[in-house]
Amino acid sequence: MNIHEYQTKELFRSYKIPVPEGGMAHSANQALSVAEQLGGDGWVVKAQIHAGGRGKAGGVQLARTLEEVQNHAESLIGSRLITRQTGEAGRLVNRVLVEQIHQIDREYYLGIVIDRGTQRITLIASAAGGMEIEEVAKHSPEKVIREIVDPAVGLQDFQCRKVAAGIGVGGKEIGKLGRIMKRLYRCFRDNDALMVEINPLVRTGEGEFLALDAKMTFDGNALFRQGDIADLRDFDEEDPKEVEASGHDLNYIALDGSVGCIVNGAGLAMATMDAISLYGGRPANFLDVGGGASPEKIANAFRIVLEDPNVKVVLLNIYAGINRCDWIAEGIVKAMAELTVEVPVVVRLAGTNLEAGREILVRSGLDYIHADRLSDAAEKSVEAIREVVA
Amino acid sequence: MSILVNRDSRVIFQGFTGQHATFHAEEAIRMGTQVVGGVTPGKGGQVHIDRPVFDTVQDAVTQAGADVSVVFVPPPFSADAIMEAIEGGIKVIVVITDGVPVQDMVRVKRYLIGHDAIIVGPNTAGVITPEECKVGIMPAHIYPKGRIGIVSRSGTLNYEAVEQMSELGLGVSTSVSIGGDPVNGCDFLTLLKQFADDDETEAVLMIGEIGGAQEVEAAAWARDHLNKPLIGFIAGATAPPGRRMGHAGAIISGESDTAQAKMQRLAELGVSVVQNAAEIGKTVHYSLK
Repeated sequence: MNIHEYQTKELFRSYKIPVPEGGMAHSANQALSVAEQLGGDGWVVKAQIHAGGRGKAGGVQLARTLEEVQNHAESLIGSRLITRQTGEAGRLVNRVLVEQIHQIDREYYLGIVIDRGTQRITLIASAAGGMEIEEVAKHSPEKVIREIVDPAVGLQDFQCRKVAAGIGVGGKEIGKLGRIMKRLYRCFRDNDALMVEINPLVRTGEGEFLALDAKMTFDGNALFRQGDIADLRDFDEEDPKEVEASGHDLNYIALDGSVGCIVNGAGLAMATMDAISLYGGRPANFLDVGGGASPEKIANAFRIVLEDPNVKVVLLNIYAGINRCDWIAEGIVKAMAELTVEVPVVVRLAGTNLEAGREILVRSGLDYIHADRLSDAAEKSVEAIREVVA
Repeated sequence: MSILVNRDSRVIFQGFTGQHATFHAEEAIRMGTQVVGGVTPGKGGQVHIDRPVFDTVQDAVTQAGADVSVVFVPPPFSADAIMEAIEGGIKVIVVITDGVPVQDMVRVKRYLIGHDAIIVGPNTAGVITPEECKVGIMPAHIYPKGRIGIVSRSGTLNYEAVEQMSELGLGVSTSVSIGGDPVNGCDFLTLLKQFADDDETEAVLMIGEIGGAQEVEAAAWARDHLNKPLIGFIAGATAPPGRRMGHAGAIISGESDTAQAKMQRLAELGVSVVQNAAEIGKTVHYSLK
């Protein structure tokens, strides 16, 4: 789960991680009053969306006068910002963050992730701040410093000193930066984060460190014990269909093809999409109905897949382990009775109670395309589209 | 032989008296698995599906000789249950639970150091040695006994592969699903090493997916050390970057995470790579000739 920059910075404040003075605004007038309260002679107005690449897309604007603050806020709020991470549709900007400008002396990168290789929490730092860390790691890996944390004792002072030295920080600043690292680690650990990134972490003209930009991702599986974090979820930033699907305990991700997929298990769902593509089609979505799929769940899956106007055929591929083919079949019958299904439906069932499932489908008199195997299912779906188009 | 579990394994279920654990314990017993009891704190001394219930794993080990545990404990309490099993002396811990917080698994993995146990999962379909022992939620009847070792992330894609193989007369020595989490109990490499030493396993099928480097690490080891055919498949060639595809760990975070990049690395390392999931069975069959 992601949160906005202004929310991350509020969380940082509670951990005494230094961030620029600033405030969030829903309107140009609010932005103006935030800037007035902040005072000074320069501000930055930042669009608040859950996507990177805002700067290059014009989502971060500098203002030298209060009037400029208001104008920038006016043009950003309500606009759709298109960044390299949003896709063509862009993302609606509902709020901006207004902050004081600081004189910047140096830019660093500081982040924490759960490293999959070592399976440990890992601190990452670089003197090449302001650039994407993946790019730095690719072109000059020696500039990326990594420090693995032993979960039994947590991040130690000596590790912070090592990292500080590694990115060229010396003197009294070693201690200052070390304190920020330890606070960031506590913030990461306490809140069940998966990733936190300060890019850039700057040293100001006054010799202070400040988190100029901040990004944080949390473990969706830990929200049961992170109520305050769960409250920060912004549903406007998510695909409404994905939200609806998750309400039905379905895992749905919209794609841009025409074969609607309903599958059980994430691995089989991906493999089914891949097979469709190998036979010349394109999947319209990823959808995992999970284990123990009731007829209602299957019916909901159908409805969600069919809401996508690009869907020209539905492929249902279920390998029942803890699922039961008879329940799945009942779900198909239920869905096709309740919904107007105007596209061909290809059904491949296998596993537990297969015969009972097939019998239900045959007896129902439904018009569907039967498939025995995965290859069959993928091929027949793609053929069905060709026939529809022809 | 086989790996991890066999007819001599003495299995307990943690979270024994819950609905799902009960159902799957009964299924395991039906297949001939030696289920020697289970653990539900507070219900020690009771009898459930004709088996003793213990308050602690320690009791199950000392009183019933348990050496394998299947964990059905809900996510908030899973890490505690796994560490209890490690400390109690269980050798193979299979964690079925989906949704265990990642940082809990980081701590569990730290706790595991110095203990002689293997954790499979979380979020796994489990382990099966056909006709001997089933510690998981897979349908036992689709697994014929044979000489192919399987290690996969996914459960249902594992079933798919087994069906394709059995149509060609190929059976399974042991099948392990390691689960879809980014920090998991054991990786592909750990299991390839076990299969390398198993005389009953003639070839190994590795079914991975996008995200992480475990499949490539395992293949790199296998090139020099596994003296049997290794067949590989990576799911997620059509997955968009940056999205979690159902499994918490199935996410493309960088170029090396893509299915295409991983399959290419596997091929370079001498793995027989399957491009189309519908041809897993065939590829295994050819690799044996």
